[in-house]
Amino acid sequence: MRRIEVDVNGSRHVRHVDERRLLSDFLRHDLGLRGTKVGCEHGVCGACTVLLDGAAVRSCLLLAVQVDGCRVDTVEGLAGPEGLHPLQEALHRHHGLQCGYCTAGILMTAVEMAGEAGPHSVEEIKQRLSGHICRCTGYAGIVAALSEVVGS
Amino acid sequence: MKPAPFRYERPSSLEEALRALEEAGDEGRVLAGGQSLVPMLNMRLAAPSVLVDVNAISGLDEIATEGEGEAEGEGEGDRRYLVVGALARQRTLERSALAASCCPVLPECLSVVGHVPTRNRGTVGGSIAHADPAGELPVALLALGGEVEVAGPDGVRRIGADDLFVGFLTTSLGAGEMLVRCRFPARRGAVGSGFAEVAPRHGDFAFAIACASVALDESGRIAGARLALGAVADRPLLVPAAGDVLGGSRGAEPALRAAAAAAQAAVDPADSLHAPAGYRRHLVGVLAGRALRQAVAKASEQLTKGGSR
Amino acid sequence: MRRGSVRSYGLHASVKARARASGPSASVEDRGGDRGGTLGRWRRRGTVDYRRMMVTERRAEAPTRPVGLLGQPVRRVEDAALLRGEGWFIDDIDPLPNTYHAAIVRSSVAHARLSGTDISAALEVDGVVGVLTSDDVAALSQPFPSVLDVPVDYRPAAVDVVRYVGEPVAVVVARDRYIAEDAAERVTVDYEPLAVAATVESALAPGAPVLHEAVGSNTLSDRHLRYGDPDGAFTRADLVVRKSFRVPRSTCTPVECFGVVCHWQKSTSSVVAWCNFQGPFTTHAVAAHALGIPASRLRLITPPDSGGSFGTKSSVYPYVVLMALASRRFGVPVRWTEDRVEHLLASSSATERVTEVEAAFSSEGRLLALRLDMIDDVGAYVRAPEPATLYRMHGCLAGAYDVADVDARARVVVTNRCPTGLNRGFGGPQLYLPLERTMAAAAGMLGMDPAELARRNLVPSSSMPYTTATGAVYDSGDYEACLDEALRLAGYSDARRDQGTARAEGRRIGIGLACVVEPSVSNMGYITLSQTPEARAQALPKSGNAEGVTIAMGPHGGVTVRFTTTPQGQGHATVATQVVADVLGVDPALVDVRTDADTAANPWTVSSGNYSSRFAAIGAGAVHVAAGRLAEQLRAIAAPLLGVEASAVELVGGAARVAGEPSRRVSIRRLAGAAHWDPAGLPPGVDAGLATTAYLALPGLDPPSADDRINSSATYGFLVDVAVVEVDPETFAVKILRYVTVHDAGRILNPLLAEGQVHGALAQGLGAALLERHVYDDQGQLLTASFLDYLVPTATELPEPVTAYFESPSPVTPLGAKGLGEGNTMSAPAAIANAVADALGLEDVEVPLTPGRLWSASAS
Repeated sequence: MRRIEVDVNGSRHVRHVDERRLLSDFLRHDLGLRGTKVGCEHGVCGACTVLLDGAAVRSCLLLAVQVDGCRVDTVEGLAGPEGLHPLQEALHRHHGLQCGYCTAGILMTAVEMAGEAGPHSVEEIKQRLSGHICRCTGYAGIVAALSEVVGS
Repeated sequence: MKPAPFRYERPSSLEEALRALEEAGDEGRVLAGGQSLVPMLNMRLAAPSVLVDVNAISGLDEIATEGEGEAEGEGEGDRRYLVVGALARQRTLERSALAASCCPVLPECLSVVGHVPTRNRGTVGGSIAHADPAGELPVALLALGGEVEVAGPDGVRRIGADDLFVGFLTTSLGAGEMLVRCRFPARRGAVGSGFAEVAPRHGDFAFAIACASVALDESGRIAGARLALGAVADRPLLVPAAGDVLGGSRGAEPALRAAAAAAQAAVDPADSLHAPAGYRRHLVGVLAGRALRQAVAKASEQLTKGGSR
Repeated sequence: MRRGSVRSYGLHASVKARARASGPSASVEDRGGDRGGTLGRWRRRGTVDYRRMMVTERRAEAPTRPVGLLGQPVRRVEDAALLRGEGWFIDDIDPLPNTYHAAIVRSSVAHARLSGTDISAALEVDGVVGVLTSDDVAALSQPFPSVLDVPVDYRPAAVDVVRYVGEPVAVVVARDRYIAEDAAERVTVDYEPLAVAATVESALAPGAPVLHEAVGSNTLSDRHLRYGDPDGAFTRADLVVRKSFRVPRSTCTPVECFGVVCHWQKSTSSVVAWCNFQGPFTTHAVAAHALGIPASRLRLITPPDSGGSFGTKSSVYPYVVLMALASRRFGVPVRWTEDRVEHLLASSSATERVTEVEAAFSSEGRLLALRLDMIDDVGAYVRAPEPATLYRMHGCLAGAYDVADVDARARVVVTNRCPTGLNRGFGGPQLYLPLERTMAAAAGMLGMDPAELARRNLVPSSSMPYTTATGAVYDSGDYEACLDEALRLAGYSDARRDQGTARAEGRRIGIGLACVVEPSVSNMGYITLSQTPEARAQALPKSGNAEGVTIAMGPHGGVTVRFTTTPQGQGHATVATQVVADVLGVDPALVDVRTDADTAANPWTVSSGNYSSRFAAIGAGAVHVAAGRLAEQLRAIAAPLLGVEASAVELVGGAARVAGEPSRRVSIRRLAGAAHWDPAGLPPGVDAGLATTAYLALPGLDPPSADDRINSSATYGFLVDVAVVEVDPETFAVKILRYVTVHDAGRILNPLLAEGQVHGALAQGLGAALLERHVYDDQGQLLTASFLDYLVPTATELPEPVTAYFESPSPVTPLGAKGLGEGNTMSAPAAIANAVADALGLEDVEVPLTPGRLWSASAS
C-alpha cells in the first residue's frame, strides 16, 4: 500500500492504495466517482478516459499510485452550478448519446480539445473520436456536437 | 482483468532506476508510458514481480537539437540530430515545432500511433524499446538512420538503429540497460521523407508500413535512400537493396518500381489475422513505392527551394 | 374489422403530432430549443413525403386538437443524468452489503474431458471465500431447457466435458476482483483433449467428433419446409441462379459488459439477481428451471441504465444461474463483472450461417421461386432462445419480393465454439446477404439493372396487407416509392454513368442496392417451427408477444410509468413521456418513467424485454393503452365537477376541460388530489386508486399452423439502401462515397430517436460489412478476443448517411409505429457487398470485405 494525494475535480483526496490498483478502479470504487466507465481495460475503447493534468488519458492504463501529486478531472466535474458544460449541452442537442456508457470518456477527449487552439476541422474531430468506441450512435451526432463547440 | 501483484519502485533519478533494475534482474520491467505494458499486465500476459516506474526521473523528456549548427541547413559536414528524451510523450513530439522542421516524418507517423489519449501517455523511448515490428516509431528511426542512447551499469552507449532491433519485441539492449534518448538525424538540404501504411482503422496496427528517406545531390540524383518496412517481419526491417537500386538515379518511376520490387523481394510476411501473406507482400510493393515517391518529391522540393548542401 | 378499429386510435396520437409541428406549446420546454441543430439537419435530410402530406390532409377532418409531442424530435429525458455521469449501470450500484467478487476459471481448450480440477492452491489465497467447481454445478443445477427436444446437457459451467474455449469450469469467490483473479490463476484443470469441430463443415464431416454423445450427431435439428410448388417453379424457370454464402460470426460488443449480483436466500430457497439482462423474459423461466426453483422465486432486477446490448445481454442469464449457485454454495452475495476478454471469448455472438441459394427467374426477371438451404452454427450448446436465429425471418424468407413458391431447409448444428445468441439483426443479416447478393447476380445474368430487377419483384403497395408464402402478413408500405426515393437521393442514374467514366480512368467505383423487409415484435411461436407440427400439437401453443405497463398518478399530479422494456439507450423513457404527456395532457416534466425492471414489481410477460425492435410498436403502444385508461379515470372524476358527461371532457395543458369550452376547466392536480385524499367524494364506479396496468398483445399473431406457416412478427417495415463505394485498385481499401437509406417504419414517434437508431444500426451493419468477424483457428481458439483484434468501426471509418423516411402507418399497432432499429444491420452488408463486387467485377465476395480478401479475390 502507498499513500497518495490526488486532486480530483478540485477536491483533495488522501488515500492508501494497493500498488496494482488501476486508476479507473480507484476513481470508481475508492472515491465513488462512478461516472467514469470501464469498457475494455486494455486501452482501446476509451470509455475510461479522464484528464490527467489536463491531458486525456486512459484511466485503465494507469496505476492509481502514478497520479500521486497530480490533478485528475472526470465527468463529474464538468457541469457547474449554472448547468451543463457546453459540450454536454451540445451532445444533448445533437442526440450524441444513446446508452451513455461511452459518453464520459468522449466528453473528456472533447474537453481536452476545447482547451487547445482551435478551431478543429471535422476530419480532426473524427480522428480524435476514433479513440473512442461508441456502439450506439454511429458517431454522427457526436461529431456534430463537437463540431459545434470546438469546430470551425 | 486486473494486474497480478508486483513490487512498485518509483526512482527519481536515472542512477536509482538503473540500480532498481539491476536488483530486480529478469523479474523487473520498466514502466514508462505503460500503453503497451499495462494492457499486458491487466490481461496477465505479463506479470513482472518488480515494476520500475521511470516517470519521476527528471530531464528525460526534452526535445532538442544537437550537433553542428543551430539552424536548419547550417553546419555542413557534420550531422545534426533531433534528440528526444526517452520519456518525452508521443503527443509532445507529434506537436513539436522542432520535430516538424527537423524530422517532418515523425509527426506524420505519430498521428497514426494509437490515439491521442494513448499518445498523451505513451513515450517515444518506450515505443522504440518495445520494438513492436508493427510500431511506426521504430520503422521511422530505422528509415531515418537514427540511433539510441542507452544507460546501464557500465555507463552510457549508443546503438545505431540498424543494430537495435534483433527480433520480435527484442532489442540489443543488455540486461540492466535502459533506453534514455533517441537521436533522429535532422533534415538538411535536399532531403525528403515519406510514410505510407494501410491499417484496418485509424490508429490500428497496420497490415504493412513503409517509411523512406531520400537525399538528393546538387544534380538531383539520389545520393542516398533508406527504406524501412514495418509489420511484415519479426522486427522493423531495413531494405538496403531498395537504397542500392535507387542510388544514383533521379527517382523516376522505373527506378521507384524497381526499388518497390526489391522491397517485396526482401520480405516473406506470414498470414495475419486480417490480411493474408500474399496481400501483405503485395502491399509492401505498393507502400514502398508510395513512401519513396513522397520522399523523392519532398527532396526535390527542397532542392528547388534551397539547393543541395 | 380489427384493422379499422386499431387504426382509429393510432391516428389519434399521430394527428396531434402533425398538428404540433405547426404551433408552439408553452408546456414543453424542450421543444422550443435550437432548431438549427440535429432537428434542422434531420428536416433537411428528410425527403418531402407524400404520405405525411396525406396524413396532414386527413387531419383537416378531425376536430381541432391541442398540439402534442408524439412525432416530434423531442430531446431525450435520459440525457441529463447520463451526461453528468449520474447514470446507474450495473457496476455502479451496490445493492447489498458484504458482497464478494467472482472470477471465472475458463476452459483453455475447445473440446476435452475434464479429468480433474485442483482448487487447493486457490483456497490458500488470503481473501478467498471458496471455489465453485464443476461438481458443485452438476449437483446444484438442472440442465437449461431447450425448445429442441434433444439430450444436450447445457449448464452454466462445464460438467465432465468442456466444449468451447472460454467455457466456465470454476468460479472463485473472493474479497475483491484482484484477489479473485490471483486465486483463479492457481486453479489447475486437467484436460483430456478430444478432437475439435471448429466449423460447421468439420462438425458435419464424416467421422467428426460428436459434441453431445447422447444426441449422437452434431445436427440437432433438420427441417425441410415447402410452400407452394417450388419444384414446379424451378422446372418452368428460364434462369436458375445458384450461389453459396457464409455469414460469419460477429458480435455487437456493447461498451458495457455483462454484470450480475446474486443473492441466494437459504430460508426460502429464493434468488434475487441484479443484472443488466435485456429479455426476452422467456429465459427468466429457463434460468429458474436450471436453479431448480419456481420462477416466482427468481427475482430479476435490472438497473435503470444499461450500456448497450443490441441483443447480447439476453445471454446474461446463464451467469445469473452460475452466480446464484456460487452465492448458494458460499452463503454470501456474489458479484461478477465480465471483462472485455471474457465478453469476446464467451458471452455470445451472432450465429454463423452457411446458405445455399437457388433462385428461379423468368426471362422477364420475375423471381418465381426460392430454395434456401440454411445451416446455423449455434456453437457448443443450444442456448435459449436459439435456434431462434434460424426462424426469426421465417415469415419473410423471400424478403421484399412477391414469391409464391419457397423451399427452405433449416439445420441446427453444434460446433466447438461459444454458444450464439441475440445480436442486432438476429437472422436478418444471415438472410439478406444471400438473398440480395443473389438478386444482384441474377440482374447481371439477365442483363438487367439491379434496381429494375428489384422493382419488377417488389411486393406492390396495392397488395397490402400481403400474405407471404411462408405466412407473414406485411401490414403496410409502398416499397416501390421507397426504392424510387433511394435511387433519386443516390443520384443513381448519374452514378451509373460516372462509374463508366471512372473505370476508364482506372478507378474502381461500384454501386450496390439492398431491399429489406424489417420485421418487428416477434411472435415467440416462430421458435416452435423447429419442432414438427406433430410435436407442436403435443405442447402448449405459443404466440407470445405481449407487453405490460403500469401507470400511476400521485396526489400532486405527477405520473409514474413502469414497464419491463429494459432499455439500453433507445430512449424508451423519452417516448413514453411523449405518449403520456399527450394522452393525459400533462407537462412532460411531471412524467417519471422508471426504466429499471423488477420481476417482483413490474408488469411483464415472457415476451417482455428489449429485442426484435419491439418498443415503438408494442412498448409505446402499451403505454398509450395504459395512459388512455388513466385518462378515462380522470375524465370520469372531472365530469361531475364540470357538469358534463365524461365523453365531453378533454385533458389538455394540465387541466380537464369541457371540449369546445376551454374556460370550463379543473386542474388535473386537483383531480389527482381528490382521488388520493377524498375517495368518498369520487363519482360512483370510479376506482379509488389512480393507477392502472395494461397489457397489450398485437393482433394477427398465431402459433405456427399445421402446414408450418407463421406470421413471425407483428409488423413489417421496409428499407432500401444504396451504397456507392470506391475500391483503391492498389491497396483494395474500400471507401464509401455515398450511402443512402430510405425507411418506411410506419409512424415515426420521435424523428430524433429514429435517426439515432438508423445511424446506430448502420454503423453495426457497416462494421459487419467491412471489419467485424470472430476468427477461430482449427483448434477452436478464438483469435479475436480483444479490442485490438476484434475491430469495430470508429468515427473515422463511417460515412454520414443520407436518410429519408416514409410513413405508412401500421394498421396493427396502436400508434401506427413499426420498429426500425435493426434494418440497416440487415441491409448494409448486402448493399456494400453488392457495391464492392460491382466495383471489382467479382462474382463472389465474402464479408467482412477486408482489403486482403479483395486482393485475393481479384488476384485469382
